[in-house]
Amino acid sequence: MKALSVLLFSAAAYAGEALSGAVEKQPLNMSAIMMFIIFVGATLGITYWAAKRTKTAKDFYTAGGGITGFQNGMAIAGDYMSAASFLGISALVYAKGYDGLIYSIGFLVGWPIILFMVAEQLRNLGKYTFADVASYRLRQTPIRTLAAFGSITTVILYLIAQMVGAGKLIQLLFGLDYEVAVILVGVLMILYVTFGGMLATTWVQIIKAFLLLSGATFMAIAVMAHYNFNFESLFTAAVQVKDISIMAPGKLVSDPISAISLGIALMFGTAGLPHILMRFFTVSDAKEARKSVFYATGFIGYFYILTFIIGFGAIVMVFQNPQYLDMAKQAIDGGYPILGGDNMAAIHLSHAVGGDFFLGFISAVAFATILAVVSGLTLAGASAISHDLYASVIKKGKTDGLMEMKVSKIATVVLGIVAIILGIIFEDQNIAFMVGLAFAIAASANFPILFLSMYWSKLTTRGALFGGSLGLLTAAVLVILGPTVWVDVMGNAEAIFPYKYPALFSVSAAFIGIWFFSVTDSSESSEKEKEAYEAQFIRSQTGIGAEGAVEH
Amino acid sequence: MKQEMVDAIKNDPDFIQLTRERSKFAWTLTVVMLVIYFGFVLTIAFDPSILGMPLSSGSVTTIGIPIGVGVIVSAFVLTGIYVRRANGEFDDLTAKIKAKAKGE
Repeated sequence: MKALSVLLFSAAAYAGEALSGAVEKQPLNMSAIMMFIIFVGATLGITYWAAKRTKTAKDFYTAGGGITGFQNGMAIAGDYMSAASFLGISALVYAKGYDGLIYSIGFLVGWPIILFMVAEQLRNLGKYTFADVASYRLRQTPIRTLAAFGSITTVILYLIAQMVGAGKLIQLLFGLDYEVAVILVGVLMILYVTFGGMLATTWVQIIKAFLLLSGATFMAIAVMAHYNFNFESLFTAAVQVKDISIMAPGKLVSDPISAISLGIALMFGTAGLPHILMRFFTVSDAKEARKSVFYATGFIGYFYILTFIIGFGAIVMVFQNPQYLDMAKQAIDGGYPILGGDNMAAIHLSHAVGGDFFLGFISAVAFATILAVVSGLTLAGASAISHDLYASVIKKGKTDGLMEMKVSKIATVVLGIVAIILGIIFEDQNIAFMVGLAFAIAASANFPILFLSMYWSKLTTRGALFGGSLGLLTAAVLVILGPTVWVDVMGNAEAIFPYKYPALFSVSAAFIGIWFFSVTDSSESSEKEKEAYEAQFIRSQTGIGAEGAVEH
Repeated sequence: MKQEMVDAIKNDPDFIQLTRERSKFAWTLTVVMLVIYFGFVLTIAFDPSILGMPLSSGSVTTIGIPIGVGVIVSAFVLTGIYVRRANGEFDDLTAKIKAKAKGE
């Protein structure tokens, strides 16, 4: 059982650590740098335009609430399709074939659940953060504090993974120093978010999603054109250079407990990521919120199909191609290692199908991808600090929007600097567990509170606080005792907890904890909280009293 | 929201119909998605060779390929089905409830 679960997650860690591990600095890549400068210039122009339109706290947090469903769907896709998923999943397909498809499917199936269960209710009840919804009828101070803690932890873990990935990737693609790359990403992200708020962040994400989808589409078409758009021919060629095992499930999913636990982490985790949930407040109403998920699911699903084709394209065009072979490494280890490691499979493929110019384009897109993702994360983290902690917990709601926005901007700068410092500290650390831990905490603390606050009338402050904290602690402790930290980071021989993803256990602990501490709560305030459910239910179902959009 | 308004909407037959129908619809689609996804990964967990069968005799392509792509497409189609009904029928009902709440 243990061996199986380790096998299961060695592949998961593979994509998660997509951009970690030692890399070699490459020579300066001029066409990539030119294209990247054009992207930065354009997005800074957008930030300037957005800054003039960002006057109130509502503008800052939600772009005034006037983003359309289509735009938001595109921005969600831009938020979700990280460089790790582009390079990591295509690398997984390149290395293991079919297992890459299984892994990517897990990241998609949370979206329909978000639509059916939380999207429109979130839009109808909330204002700027998901804590607005979780604390709607509960006591503000404890619930906001817990939700903000859950948000900030998720955001920081995710940010570290992105920053380290960014540093390594830029070192590889552009030939810049690691520190220079991390500082560059941090500074640009601070500029976008502080000046342009949600409006600039949204457009950076939309442009990035468009560029990434266009580039990936071109690569997939170029690969398929070689095989007359016949999949059987492509697969036959791929099997000839590798072997038949790439066409069937390998060792990614091999025992039921791990399979279920991974599924729960990805589904509920997606529905508990603060930067994703925040995007639902940028649209005008429930109708647009639903459309957002429809388009986002379409774009993300399409993207995963493309990465599958790209991975197979890399098998036939990059694997064993002397041009991309790392001969120094081959001399030592044998086999067919490619320059920069498997994560460079998609990048080398872009060169194989489109030459230096297209390689530059895809490199610039990968950098843009990182910028878009870290901007969304930072904005979500800053909102948790300013809207939940400062305005609601410290000032008890007695502050004006302008002051709150100011705090949010300060928080953005601080988070940006923290991200740069952590990015540099963690350069040579094993960070493969961080995205997994972020998903586990989102699934075990954020999601259960949010979900039960919407659907369970008997939820009380005590239940949400104790149960949510229990979920958070269980997730963190089990990750530390599990193979990713106990063995891989701390160097112990045997993990105390055998599974890499604890979601099945920690999510159960959260739900049971919330239930138990709610039903045994007979305090006076808990009665009021139960009574307030009716009015909340009506608003969540109909949108009566919901936050509207502002016209610009 | 005032208590009178809460009581009025709560007892509005349109509201009762909206919440009942939508909840049934949303839960049904959720279960469909869960069955598709967990059916897929549990099939792999218990017997990976099923998805490794050739699509037709002699082909390299396995049945796992169209099934995997099918799971992706099904997620998109299910969201489409929900949005279509919710943005039409359910929003019409919501508009009626809102109009009544304003009038009363």
